Amino acid sequence: MRVISGWSLIKVYTLLIYVWMFTPIVAVVLLSFNPQQFGSFPMEGFSFRWYAKLAGNETILGAFQNSIVLGSLTAVFTTAIGIPAAMAFVRYRFPGKETLNTLLLAPIMIPEVVLGVALLIFIRWLQQPKSFALLLIGHVVLTLPYVLLVVQARLVGIKKEYEEAAQTLGASPFQTFRSITFPLLAPAIFAGMLFSFTISFDDVTATLFWATAQNQTVPVKIFGMLRNSISPEINALGTVMIILTVSIPLLAGYLSRRFARGNES
Amino acid sequence: MKSDKWKPWALLGPSLTAVFFLLVIPVCFVVVYSFWLRAPSGSDIPAFQFGNYAKFFADFFYPSLLIRTLRVALETVLLCLVMGYIPAYFFYRTESKLKPFLMILIMLPFWISFIIRTLSWINILGDTGLINHMLTQAGIIEDPLPMLYNEAAVLMGLLQYLLPFMILNIYVSLEGIDKSLTEAAKSLGCTEWQAFKEVTLPLSLPGVSAGCLLVFVLTCGTYLPPMILGGPGNDMIANLIFKRIVGTLDWPFGSALSTILLGLLGVIVYTYNRYLGINQIFKTLQ
Repeated sequence: MRVISGWSLIKVYTLLIYVWMFTPIVAVVLLSFNPQQFGSFPMEGFSFRWYAKLAGNETILGAFQNSIVLGSLTAVFTTAIGIPAAMAFVRYRFPGKETLNTLLLAPIMIPEVVLGVALLIFIRWLQQPKSFALLLIGHVVLTLPYVLLVVQARLVGIKKEYEEAAQTLGASPFQTFRSITFPLLAPAIFAGMLFSFTISFDDVTATLFWATAQNQTVPVKIFGMLRNSISPEINALGTVMIILTVSIPLLAGYLSRRFARGNES
Repeated sequence: MKSDKWKPWALLGPSLTAVFFLLVIPVCFVVVYSFWLRAPSGSDIPAFQFGNYAKFFADFFYPSLLIRTLRVALETVLLCLVMGYIPAYFFYRTESKLKPFLMILIMLPFWISFIIRTLSWINILGDTGLINHMLTQAGIIEDPLPMLYNEAAVLMGLLQYLLPFMILNIYVSLEGIDKSLTEAAKSLGCTEWQAFKEVTLPLSLPGVSAGCLLVFVLTCGTYLPPMILGGPGNDMIANLIFKRIVGTLDWPFGSALSTILLGLLGVIVYTYNRYLGINQIFKTLQ
């Protein structure tokens, strides 16, 4: 094939976009290892000083604990209500299907600020204080559309015939679910949970409306720390977050691929 | 089919209930609250009056924030388009073995917290950041250039947040184009550029417009980049909402601001959906 004129320009352009996109992120990781007092260039050595400081900070550890508990509960609740809904959209035909699907996906197009305000006003009208429960229901609403999208895409591939075959061969509905539907569904459930965990763990825009001093998540804590300018501690905390939220999906992708290969053989 | 008509409704029940009670009703509350009064003591009085809206339009300060929001959102959309189309086209045409890896890499920012991506620019643009450090080292400047706390810095944060959305939308649209169409155009005598201009570009427009809408809506609803990377003059409408609700606890006025933002974006999304259809966006996010 003839070399496309301008193709090398396209390559260089794309490369530059990557550099632009990742330089700031790499800088956060690099500077977190800088032992110097003011987290800035040049690098003067390599140390885990700021990580050690983080590990000794009670409120940050507390924020991590909050984030992990909140993310896990969000994942459980969102997938618990999202998977049946996704199945309804993929498996059944019923009146108003398109409209309802759009309604359930709508939160993606509603500005997060408005979501934050709306739930807060509602809670205020109910005369309830801000609490962990508010964060949880907020995160469920926030992550539900994404889980629906991801799970629906996975479900399309699972054929109804497998279940029908099992039932024809005499399996009870429960047996069918346990040995056919659930194993086929497991990757979709897993993907949904992972997705909602990460969105919940990372969210800051709406969470800042709902969080209190007692119920801080890690991004909220970082926001608070930023008030007095950026510090190497923030870079270190950011690096821990990046490693956590990036490695989970990568690991999951790797595992599911190994899983798939294991099933083939 | 047997009489399992109730089944999809049973499956949908929990999700619909959650969205109805935790989203639809709360959003209605925002609209209702926007007509309420705020007592001098700070408590809210149920009422039906347009004072909060009158307050918004009485002082040009408030509409000017809205206009700035729309302007910054348009700038972000245009820059995302300029920065995003070529990488998306690269993914579409490349036969490199690295393609899956490069695709994962472009998705990676989705998994990094927005606040980290935003604050990461301080390390680059700050007085002691990467650019100023390199320029000082090279002897080009003596005093650091002020690059933070202006609109350009805000745009950097917004672009880094939104560019992956644009690239993916365009890529999904490009991927759906039958490559033999370009071949046909070329065999009929089109040059590479003509084939792109006449075939590929028009067919990728659904993805382009979906990406533009998504970027626009997300920009209008965010307050983090102006708050962290912007100066006092870079606040957008979402910043004002945040300050009124979390800062001064002025619920009725904060609600009116939210209603105005929601109404404006609602009109834009509705018009878009009417003429172009919104499902393209949902398709991409899968």
